[in-house]
Amino acid sequence: MAFDITKHTAVDQVGIEERVARFNTRSIKGESKSKVLKLALSMIDLTTLEGKDTDGKVKQLCQKAMHPFADMPDLPRVAAVCVYPNHVKTAKQALRGSNVKVASVATAFPSGNSLLAIKMEETKWAIEQGADEIDMVINRGAFLKGEYQKVHDEIASIQSLCNEVRLKVILETGELSSLDNVRKASEIAIHAGADFIKTSTGKINAAANMPVTLVMLETIKDHFIKTKKMVGMKPAGGISSAKQAIQYLVMLNETLGPDWLNPHWFRFGASSLANDIILQLGKEKFGSYYSKDYISID
Amino acid sequence: MNWQYAPAKESTEQIKLQKRYQHFINGEWTKPNSKKYFSSINPATEEVLAEVALGNAKDVDLAMQSAANAYNKVWKKMPAKERAKYIFRIARMMQERARELALIETLDGGKPIRESRDFDVPMAANHFFYYAGWADKLAYAFPNKNPKPIGVAAQIIPWNFPLLMAAWKIAPALACGNTVVLKPAETTPLTALVLAQIIQDCDLPPGVVNIITGDGDVGAEMVKHPLANKVAFTGSTEVGKSIQKALAGTNKKLSLELGGKAAHIVFDDAPINQAVEGIVNGIFFNQGHVCCAGSRLFVQESCAEEVIAKLKSRMQTLIVGDPLDKNTDIGAINSKAQLQKIKMYLQSGIDDGLEMFQCHTTLPSKGFYCQPTLFLGTAQSNRVVQEEIFGPVLCIQTFRTIEEVIEKANNIPYGLSAGVWTDKGAKIFNLTSKLRAGVVWANTYNKFDPASPFGGYKESGFGREGGLHGLMPYLNK
Repeated sequence: MAFDITKHTAVDQVGIEERVARFNTRSIKGESKSKVLKLALSMIDLTTLEGKDTDGKVKQLCQKAMHPFADMPDLPRVAAVCVYPNHVKTAKQALRGSNVKVASVATAFPSGNSLLAIKMEETKWAIEQGADEIDMVINRGAFLKGEYQKVHDEIASIQSLCNEVRLKVILETGELSSLDNVRKASEIAIHAGADFIKTSTGKINAAANMPVTLVMLETIKDHFIKTKKMVGMKPAGGISSAKQAIQYLVMLNETLGPDWLNPHWFRFGASSLANDIILQLGKEKFGSYYSKDYISID
Repeated sequence: MNWQYAPAKESTEQIKLQKRYQHFINGEWTKPNSKKYFSSINPATEEVLAEVALGNAKDVDLAMQSAANAYNKVWKKMPAKERAKYIFRIARMMQERARELALIETLDGGKPIRESRDFDVPMAANHFFYYAGWADKLAYAFPNKNPKPIGVAAQIIPWNFPLLMAAWKIAPALACGNTVVLKPAETTPLTALVLAQIIQDCDLPPGVVNIITGDGDVGAEMVKHPLANKVAFTGSTEVGKSIQKALAGTNKKLSLELGGKAAHIVFDDAPINQAVEGIVNGIFFNQGHVCCAGSRLFVQESCAEEVIAKLKSRMQTLIVGDPLDKNTDIGAINSKAQLQKIKMYLQSGIDDGLEMFQCHTTLPSKGFYCQPTLFLGTAQSNRVVQEEIFGPVLCIQTFRTIEEVIEKANNIPYGLSAGVWTDKGAKIFNLTSKLRAGVVWANTYNKFDPASPFGGYKESGFGREGGLHGLMPYLNK
């Protein structure tokens, strides 16, 4: 289906930044805080995406995903483990029976610079290995050149392979240079059938931030108002503290509302966030912080 | 998950309010000639916070004498750079006592602590910093004009931004070499009295700033007092007119900052989501007790449905309640009288058959509160559109062409402020030159800066506050 970019909605950067500043003045205390920190933990896509990843490391990560901290067995498990396609099988086996999903990056992650046929082949392979979710990247070269239809059609092609598998579309907002472009790319991805839109690969310095995430949440909201169809959101990279996670969730709560406040519709792509949440939950429960030595690094 | 934020109440344990406050005259706390006091109450709880001296003509006379004396003997002779040091000192001490000032502002006036902490108090201190910088540069501000101070300034301020308005008045007056008699509003005198303590702690020469408290009669005595060389008033247009009448035929200088009924205009090419935020900020900031509040919304018909739907949905997330809670967006209405006035207007809108929208939140049972309210499908002839409500009530009209919206926006006796939302720069410049308003905000609203002049056209007053222009009402040149 042709994508009509002329209908794109304007974004005002100053307004976005002011709104974000307002969210960050919310004061979340006591009961509210513990509840929302547990929610944040359950929304994490625990991620390892390195050339040096081993099966052993992936297995360790899966153990952490299912049982984040032995001292507090009542903690929720995380939402998913996110790996390269070649580790999907290992992760799938390690997570068997746990309901933690396996997400696989695909489509020539992180640059997306390859032939569509190759990207499709890679996606098929990841799905065959057992991936529950595919995290694809958009073709930023084509996007910045103004070839929006091409970007759209590539996403739609990958989407056509997904069926039951949920498709997350990474915009790599750090390369898009303006919030207007973030809005445009979000509209393209949603129109092409994304189940989730995701900010970043984590492979460049400019990862997720709140203004970018707000623009994406607003796009999701506008789409919902028009079509009544929900789309998920995943900020990824750069969110490492529990405090930041709370700020994101305040923003989510006041932008999209309670229907999105669950791991089915919102994820954090992060590796170190889980440990900070565990530390803070420990503080809420016992009144003092654990030494970091008590908390596993995977 | 349904997530209600747990209460996050700011503690008031560290502040100590006196039981009783006197006038601050000639550097000393002076008992009122009337021997009478009135109560200042917390509009969020209706509890009495403190007793405050009730002024009369004799108190005004004493304050004027001491201001004139300080002007002639000390202040006008002092080198400008020495004057500046005092003003800088006041600014710094306000910053040191920022938390206390914010808490008292919220207790006395009902505004959310987030606003008094993040807006009122820092902005007030910034005005002192800004004008301290001008004190020894007046000759450069007005080259070849040899600017000279006027003398004693009688200053009367409103209850919506008590401390900030005191700063807007006192800082430029002192920087220009004038001395001051200031009267805070009857319902919100407390932060001005803390400012008097600060001024005393700064060792400002006695009589340079005098602060007296009381009702409108005290203000009237100040205006007609023979030693007042300059009158500065911020408040209602009605009182402004009576002051102007009283001063006709005298050689007293006058500046007025009066009411408003700003047009807030949204075009269909605007960044709609940010415009909705701007509309909310424009009308619900400080419970709508803002003279420049964007209280008449004009939405282009092609985006009206979307804007209104989003506005309604955004209003559901506003937290209305205890002003001391750090998460409160809309606090208490300043006084019982003001709440009654707002309710009278709500009834007027209902009687006119207008469609009304309010949020479903429950209001605290004690204190003065008002639901954020929209009136839809209003006409220029509705009373709620013509008159300043000074509360969280927004009147919405739609428009089709740019000529139509300019005509309607200007079709009001006021001309203080306006707002325009569009992605097209040329449209902004077209409108800013045609809207008869002292301030026009583009793709934002309610933005203030000490360096930026603020003031009105038409019945919204004359004279500017802030910036280089804000010096002019306090200088003879």
